[in-house]
Amino acid sequence: MSAVAPRRKGAKESAATWSVLDRVGLAACWVAGIGLCVVCLAIIGFMFVKGIQYVRPDLLFSRTIASSNEAGSGGYFDPLVGTLLLIVIGIAIALPLGIGIAVWLTEYGRPSGLARLVESGVEVVAGTPSIVLAIFGLAVFQGKLFAFLSFTQQGGGVWGRSFFTAGIMMSLIALPLIVASTREALRSIPNHVREASYALGKTRAATIRRVLLPGARPGIATGATLAMGRIAGDTAIVILLLGGSALTTQGNVPVLNILKGGGSTLTTFVYANSPAGEGNKPDKAYAAAFVLLVIVVALNFGLDLIGGRRGRTAWTK
Amino acid sequence: MPPATAPIAPRRPPAAPAPPPRRAKLLSGLGSWSDRRAELTLGALACAVLVLIGLMVVFVFSKAWPSFWHNGFAWFGGGGDVDRQLDNIYNGPSRPSEYVYKLHAWPLLYGTALTTIAGVVIGLVTALLAAVFIVEFAPSPIRRLLEPVVRLLAAVPSVVYGLIGLLVIIPFVNNHLIGEGRKESVAYVVQLNGSGLIVAIVILSIMITPIMISIIVDALRSVPQGWTEGAAALGVNRWRAMWTISVRSVRPAIVAAAVLATARALGEAIMLSMVSGSRGFAPNPLDGLTFLFEPVRPLAATIVDHSEGLSVTPFAQTLYAFAAVLLVSSILLSLGGWAAKRPLARWSAR
Amino acid sequence: MDEVTSTAHRAAAVPPPVRRIVLDDQPTVVTPGANGNGNGNGTRTPAVRFAASDTAARERMRVEELTIAYAGRVAVRDVTLPVRQGEVLSLIGPSGCGKTTLLRSLNRLTELTPTATRGGRIALDGQDVDELDVTLLRRRVAMVFQQPNPFPMSIFDNVAYGLREQGTKRPGKRDLAPRVEEALRRAGLWDEVADDLGRPALRLSGGQQQRLCIARALAVEPEVLLLDEPCSALDPRSTQTIEDLIVRLRAEVAVVIVTHNLQQAFRVADHVAFMYLGELVEYGPAADVFGNPRARRTREYVSGSFG
Repeated sequence: MSAVAPRRKGAKESAATWSVLDRVGLAACWVAGIGLCVVCLAIIGFMFVKGIQYVRPDLLFSRTIASSNEAGSGGYFDPLVGTLLLIVIGIAIALPLGIGIAVWLTEYGRPSGLARLVESGVEVVAGTPSIVLAIFGLAVFQGKLFAFLSFTQQGGGVWGRSFFTAGIMMSLIALPLIVASTREALRSIPNHVREASYALGKTRAATIRRVLLPGARPGIATGATLAMGRIAGDTAIVILLLGGSALTTQGNVPVLNILKGGGSTLTTFVYANSPAGEGNKPDKAYAAAFVLLVIVVALNFGLDLIGGRRGRTAWTK
Repeated sequence: MPPATAPIAPRRPPAAPAPPPRRAKLLSGLGSWSDRRAELTLGALACAVLVLIGLMVVFVFSKAWPSFWHNGFAWFGGGGDVDRQLDNIYNGPSRPSEYVYKLHAWPLLYGTALTTIAGVVIGLVTALLAAVFIVEFAPSPIRRLLEPVVRLLAAVPSVVYGLIGLLVIIPFVNNHLIGEGRKESVAYVVQLNGSGLIVAIVILSIMITPIMISIIVDALRSVPQGWTEGAAALGVNRWRAMWTISVRSVRPAIVAAAVLATARALGEAIMLSMVSGSRGFAPNPLDGLTFLFEPVRPLAATIVDHSEGLSVTPFAQTLYAFAAVLLVSSILLSLGGWAAKRPLARWSAR
Repeated sequence: MDEVTSTAHRAAAVPPPVRRIVLDDQPTVVTPGANGNGNGNGTRTPAVRFAASDTAARERMRVEELTIAYAGRVAVRDVTLPVRQGEVLSLIGPSGCGKTTLLRSLNRLTELTPTATRGGRIALDGQDVDELDVTLLRRRVAMVFQQPNPFPMSIFDNVAYGLREQGTKRPGKRDLAPRVEEALRRAGLWDEVADDLGRPALRLSGGQQQRLCIARALAVEPEVLLLDEPCSALDPRSTQTIEDLIVRLRAEVAVVIVTHNLQQAFRVADHVAFMYLGELVEYGPAADVFGNPRARRTREYVSGSFG
């Protein structure tokens, strides 16, 4: 009755017996996979090398110097602040809206025709190019009604460009992502969890608040993180709605003056300093692009942490 | 069965002071709300967003209308140099009765279609093969390397791709791939400087492939193990089982990935304005290989390039017309995706 | 609801008799092979017996000293078993005793689990299965799973799938139709689905799905059919249909069935192997194992004192 130690793994299925077509396909697969690997590593390695080469701490903390060529001189403290500010504003607006819509769609969704309409509306936003959102936003916020969000030029024209307006449009970019991931998370909570809560005498609203939303939190966080990445990476809206200038302030109220003023983000800084923009300082563009990539990687890493730590709530396993 | 409290809750006066929540949280009021109130509030929220979205569509179209109205169907046709027409609109007289609207946008539409379709087709084929590779055939060290890298690449901002294209790929193409003879052969219509169709397509497909890969990989991972095992137990090799069972059953996800990627490609403005040559030119396939190096400029890139002209009314209306075309295309796209997915749903469980 | 709780209370008041099982007791292994029929004329009256004696049945597969481990944890230990043509071999035993693992190793499906390792020898018609091409082996040794797993295609495509994928050139629909019909008839599903073979297979009921899976396996004309608790998710009527089917199939293919359900094993099996904690405890004709088990552990299991 001695246990024989298992000696071998079974022989792996070999492709040698496959038909020629299958083997060609497999080879194509390998080519695609390895090619992808090479391209990815080349891009990332290239940006890393360039970044390390050009990033200097003083660039990070020095402000853009107002000169005849604003974007071309000085460091990118302003764009950095701009990126972070836009992320905060965009998420702050999109998160409650997105969660609200997702909860309504999954937990209530009556009348169903309206729910379908809301669903497709969100889908339309998801498919809308950000440049379209940008020029739409510009036209809207240049209306007199929204003058309080930016500043009024001499002669009464509303400027329409500020962190407020850009942030609001950014929230439209973030909205579909947050709605989608929240819905996904809510759907993955099995019905018996809801039933258990109702059986304990909780109302629907209380169930959503106490049971479903906490359960959906990792999903919501994933959506929000993705949305942050999208906001950080968007250029079109910033170029049109923020002006791509240095931080400017409007008025005297401490925080409001920054939010009502224009600015730039890392993406527009990269754009402006590339040969396509007027700056043409490639090394600075590389450095800023590197910082941008670091932010994106950090967001991704954060996503992993969310996924790893909370991962799946027990009942979804 | 304990008595249901749901009918009781609404009788509580809504103004009754709720016990303060232990922690301030998002939507913290919801816990003490009645069902009816929560439903109405959330529904109103959803409707408000819906109305906003509807307004956006209507608004863009109303802004765009004069441009379409003055040109009729010729708007979509070819003829003349688009860039010169745009200049004329921009520099036209400022009295509303004398606004210039004449525009034949065909080269821009053609450029959009060329870059988008080519980019998506190349990207989709690569993404499908790579996803199958990652899920089924990659040795685990390669898989462990590829997965985070692909996810990272999907998150890289498009402006970074534009920068790489502008500073690395375009000089390379200009110096090594386009000979002087080729440049001279088309010098009378267009100047070749490296940026152009092929660079735009390559970078576009690099940009959208990772997005598609991550969607398809997720879908392939969620194929029930019973199906792949069932195929294996019938003596079907891994490759055939992969394609006939797994890939077949994730067709809806593949459609979704393609739709998402197409939307991205269609709306990509900055990157394409950086690398496409940014010239309202319609590449001519009859030029042979030179075709690939000829400049284009898709619609979205046109809007970005000319955004400073938004203060000139007829010009702004022209740009809104471009935006309207993009909006319609993206709506049609999601409709198309929905229509493509519908017959496939028949085969899924329940 | 109140009634139920009160019943539960009453039941709790009188504790049920507890029988202890000595877990680390040395099991008595009854070696397979030359075990005479002994007092095989137990209380059981088997339905139809094709394999009245062991000599009539031809040995198709043989498992020798098979040991399988998942990531070093041994799931099947030192099992030796014959699988004979023309009879049903039933593997019984409590959960986690390695029945399914043993079954899956017969057509090398355990290799799909990356951590699985295997020792010992499995032979099909005297040839080591490791030397056979794995796809060829699986075509000869088909398998039906515990959960019905029809593919997301039409009924016709499901049955034709194996036929289409196994040949080097894909047969046309006209060649396939009679073979599909034949397979569906053998699985007893033809009358229910004949009117619309284009229906999605996933819309069938559970019992029909499982029979469809059996038809799919039979379509490729295997020599050995492995059934992994095929009825565990089904209602009694579907179960009976499938059991009848198994009894009918026995003449044509060697059938190995894993079951949790002792009554089922009793109804369909000619030979029974009882496994416990990865070890083969007893193997013999069904009448012996159920009527006059030799090992104490088998007796306890068969009489229902654990498991």
